[in-house]
Amino acid sequence: MSQAKGAIVGIGELKPQRLTSGVTTLEMIAEVARLAVFDAGLEPAAIDGLLVGPQVGETPQHVPATIAEYLGLAPTMANVVDLGGASGAGMVWRAAAAIEAGMCETVLCVLANNREEAPSRSPNRNPIREFDVPFGASGANISYALLMQAHMAEHGSTARDFALIAAAARANAQLNPDAIFYGKPADVEAVLASPIIASPLHLYEIVMPVAGGEAVVVTSAERARSLRKPTVHLLGAGEKVTHRAVSQAPSLTSGPLKSAMARAFAQSGTRADEMDLLSLYDCYTIMVATTIEDAGLCAPGQFGAWLRDHDLTHNGDKPLNTHGGQLGFGQPDLAGGMTHVVEAVRQLRGEADERQIGKAELALVTGNGATMSEATALVLGAA
Amino acid sequence: MSVDLNALKTPGPTITALTQPFWDAAAQGQLKIQHCEDCGRPVFYPRPICPHCWSKRLVWKEASGKGRLKSFSQIRKPGHPSWLPAAPYVVGLVALAEGPTMLSFILPGARPPHVGDALLLAPTAIGGRVLPAFKPVETATEEK
Repeated sequence: MSQAKGAIVGIGELKPQRLTSGVTTLEMIAEVARLAVFDAGLEPAAIDGLLVGPQVGETPQHVPATIAEYLGLAPTMANVVDLGGASGAGMVWRAAAAIEAGMCETVLCVLANNREEAPSRSPNRNPIREFDVPFGASGANISYALLMQAHMAEHGSTARDFALIAAAARANAQLNPDAIFYGKPADVEAVLASPIIASPLHLYEIVMPVAGGEAVVVTSAERARSLRKPTVHLLGAGEKVTHRAVSQAPSLTSGPLKSAMARAFAQSGTRADEMDLLSLYDCYTIMVATTIEDAGLCAPGQFGAWLRDHDLTHNGDKPLNTHGGQLGFGQPDLAGGMTHVVEAVRQLRGEADERQIGKAELALVTGNGATMSEATALVLGAA
Repeated sequence: MSVDLNALKTPGPTITALTQPFWDAAAQGQLKIQHCEDCGRPVFYPRPICPHCWSKRLVWKEASGKGRLKSFSQIRKPGHPSWLPAAPYVVGLVALAEGPTMLSFILPGARPPHVGDALLLAPTAIGGRVLPAFKPVETATEEK
């Protein structure tokens, strides 16, 4: 394995909620940032780098400055990472790169969202708004339904193959008391019996939107050694952005994660089949299916057979999204992608309690934004 | 789908000076897309520069109106409430004969849509304006 590029030394997570009332995004950012920095055993003054998401409701512009001021930080590196669901994973390597570049030593990566009864909608004039919306195609459900239908047509994959992914996520969520679907398992039959929202996509194959927040603290490998928690190293990262609208996707059945994961494996000197944990971005079942295939875990089109050949639970041979994934945990907007980072850190630290996997040395984390458009992959390793 | 699509209060396109020729043609029942005079490639959606070679020598040409269905979805729960009366309805990704792919509204055919179906431009009034929708080309056997 190659030299570590940085280390994750602190994590924070807010319990997902379906609705908030009178709570600002800034307040939630403060709560979750505090959890992550204290988890690392650091003083707030140790934070000299700040990476934030673009969707802070209270301030459309100057987001890093607003958050730094709110938290009483004076970072020497601050930036917005705007990669949709890939933002969380995208923050981690950017933090390590900024540290390596000498810009800062310890970076807070934070994403949080409130979820008020009447959310404000931004005025939108992008090409999707002009060329897709007038034909009745609004929102991500339709875009991912188009990807799923294309996979079925090209490879003969079935509704039951996809339902396996949702059922596995719900099953794993039964060991996570914070998950929005804790106490609410759903087997394959229940997934297939849930209403079709946009064919061939069933309701239970779609993440539940929630309020929440996630944060991690990234520091240098050197400094990590002096901190209190077991170190989780960033061993490799990859990123690729190919398009925004589904109509402009270079392929409907393989995405930019293929290239991003290949780079992350090459940088870390690892292979997909060596991973002890697969922490794969799962906004929809089709996203996991394509990621398994793009990772090279099976041949294109064969994800269904692969799922049937493996046990995806924490004590199975291929633990996948042990926190329940976003399909089981809920999707706190952009912070949803960061749940995959936070769970990987928990597992690699040996802090996952009753859902702790056995051997926990290597984890693959993926992030995905827009319609299989923005992709980030990380290989994380236990010290 | 028995609803009058033209009576829907659906959001229309956010037209700019650059994209006006596309929507003017659409209103006339035509599909026009840009072509690059330098690299020769077709361009959709409209842009100020060719996304392949960054040339500014883009010209509008009428498309054949022929396409192939790359994927589709029957929408039962629309993402925008104005579409609720029309549900279920079908949208699809149309690979135009010229090369680019566009998303469009797919009119019902004699049988349910399938990936790979041949399509033809079918200008349709939706939400108070004529949009470049598509319809399946019925095969000879099905027309008997």
